[in-house]
Amino acid sequence: MSLKLKALTKSLWVFHLCIGGSCNNCDIEILDLLTPRYDVERFGIMLVGSIRHADVLLITGSLTYKSAVRAKRLYEQMPKPGVVVAVGSCALGRGIFKDGYNTPCPLDELIPVDLYIPGCPPKPEAMIAGIVKLVEKVKGKR
Amino acid sequence: MSHKVIIPIGPYHPLQEEPEFFKLFVEGEKVSDIEIVIGYNHRGIEKICESKHFDQVAFVVERICGICSTSHPFAYVNAVEDLAQIEVPERALFIRTIIAEMERLHSHLLWLGLAGHFIGYNTVWMWAWRYREPLLDCFEMISGNRNHYAMMKVGGVRRDILDEYIPPLKKALDEINRAVDMFKGAVMDDPVIHARLKGIGVLTYDQAVEWSVVGPTARASGVDIDVRRDDPYGAYNRIDWTVVIRKEGDVFAKTVVRILEMYESIRIIRQCLNKMPKGEIDAEVKDIPPGEGIGHAEAPRGEVFHYVRSDGTNRPIRHKVRAPSYMNVASNKIAAVGQSISDATITLAAVDPCYCCTERVAVIDRFRNRKILDGWDLIRLSQEKTYKLRKK
Ligand code: SF4
Repeated sequence: MSLKLKALTKSLWVFHLCIGGSCNNCDIEILDLLTPRYDVERFGIMLVGSIRHADVLLITGSLTYKSAVRAKRLYEQMPKPGVVVAVGSCALGRGIFKDGYNTPCPLDELIPVDLYIPGCPPKPEAMIAGIVKLVEKVKGKR
Repeated sequence: MSHKVIIPIGPYHPLQEEPEFFKLFVEGEKVSDIEIVIGYNHRGIEKICESKHFDQVAFVVERICGICSTSHPFAYVNAVEDLAQIEVPERALFIRTIIAEMERLHSHLLWLGLAGHFIGYNTVWMWAWRYREPLLDCFEMISGNRNHYAMMKVGGVRRDILDEYIPPLKKALDEINRAVDMFKGAVMDDPVIHARLKGIGVLTYDQAVEWSVVGPTARASGVDIDVRRDDPYGAYNRIDWTVVIRKEGDVFAKTVVRILEMYESIRIIRQCLNKMPKGEIDAEVKDIPPGEGIGHAEAPRGEVFHYVRSDGTNRPIRHKVRAPSYMNVASNKIAAVGQSISDATITLAAVDPCYCCTERVAVIDRFRNRKILDGWDLIRLSQEKTYKLRKK
C-alpha cells in the first residue's frame, strides 16, 4: 500500500456537501454523528470547513442544475487520493425527486462515487458501518 | 455596491442546510446591506406532486424539509380533507397532534443547540442534541423511522400509537422536561447570554407585520398569530394550551419563545396521551371529487400552507406550497443591517431558517470589494465576543 493510501485510512477528515435538492434530513443525521450518542470524533473523523483539507467528500442531496457545476468544481479541488461518499437515496439516484425537472442526473454520472449509503435518511449507525467498510477496503488493496 | 462576487466555496460549513447564500456588505464593523440568494435547492416539488396520486403526494411533501417532515404532510392532508369533506376519526386527530408536537420539540431543541454553537456555547449544542435522541427513539418506535415518519395519510394516520408505546414516550417527555428546565435556567440566568442576545437583531411589531413573518419569529415581536389556535386543526381545540408571546423582538425574545413553546408542546402531548379515545385510525376514502381545498398547519417555524386543486382524477392538477422560512428569511434584511458582524451570525440564525444559513455568508468589504471573511470566521468572531464578555 502506498504511503498516501495508508494515510487515508487514519483519521478521516470529512468535508460535507449538501448539493441542494435534498430535504436536509441526511445532513441532520450527519451532524448527529458528531453529537454525544455517536460521537465519531472519537475515531478521528472530523468535519472540516474546506475541501482542500479533506480526505472524504461526503455528498447528500440530488443534483440540481444550479448546484451541479459547483459539485464538479469541488470534486476537482479535492486533494487526491480521496474518497467520495454518497449518503441517502437522493445522492444515490435522486430518490423521490427523480421525476423533477430540475434534477438532471444521478450524482455518479457527474463524479465517481466510492461508497453508497442508502436510506432516506440512513441511520447514523449505517453511516458508521459504511465508513468502516470503506476503510477496510482501502486497506485490503495492499 | 458591486456584485462581482464569486460564491466562495469555503462557506460550506458542516452545519449546513439548503444552500442559501447570503452576501453581507460591511463598512468597518457594521453590516450595511445584505443580499439573499436562494434557489440552489429548487427541486420542482409542486410539479412532481402533480404527477403523483393523492396518497403518494404525502410522501413527496414530507421531503420538502427534513425537520418539518410532519407539518407539510399535515397541511396537505388538511387540504385534501377540506376538498373532499372527509371525516377523520377522533383518534387519528390526536395521533397527528402528538406527532406534530413531538416534531416541534425536536426542532426547537435542534435550533437551541445550533444557536448555542453560534455564540460559542458548544456544550449547549451537544446537550441539546443529546436530549433530542430519546425523542428520535420514540419516533422510531412509533413510526419505524427516526426522521421521516410517514404518519400522515389522507383520511387518517398510517400507524397507531399502541398502548405499550405510551410509558416510554412519557418517560422521554419527563427527561426532556428536565432538560428544558435546565436550558431555561441557563438562558434566563446567564448574564453573558443576556449581554449577547438582548437588543440584538430587533424586529419591531410593525416591521414584523410589514414583512409578514410567521411563527416564533412573529410571536417574539408581539404579533399574536398561531394557526393552531386561530384556525384549529387536528386536536388542538380539544386541548388546553396557550400561545407564547414576547414583545421585545430581539434574539433573546425569540429564544425565550422557543423554550417556552417546548413546555407547551410537552403539555399538549401529555394531554393528548391521556385523552386519546379508542377507535379507528383512518377513514375510508372514496374518490376525490373535483374542487379545491386549502389546509394549513403550524410548523415549528411558522405557518405552512397548502392548496390543492383536483379535477376528479386521482392526482391533483395544481398543488401550491407556502413555507414559513421564505418569509422569515427575508426579514433578515432589516434585522441584521446595522448590527456588528459578530452579531450577524446569531441574528441570521435566530429566525431558524430551517436551521442556519449563515455558513453561506461571505462578508464583503464594500470599499475594496473583496472577500475578507467567510462563514467560519463569522462564527469564530461571534464565539470570541462571548468569551470576551464572559471574562468581564
Ligand atoms: S435521501 Fe431522503 S432524507 Fe436524505 S436528503 Fe434525500 S429525501 Fe432527505
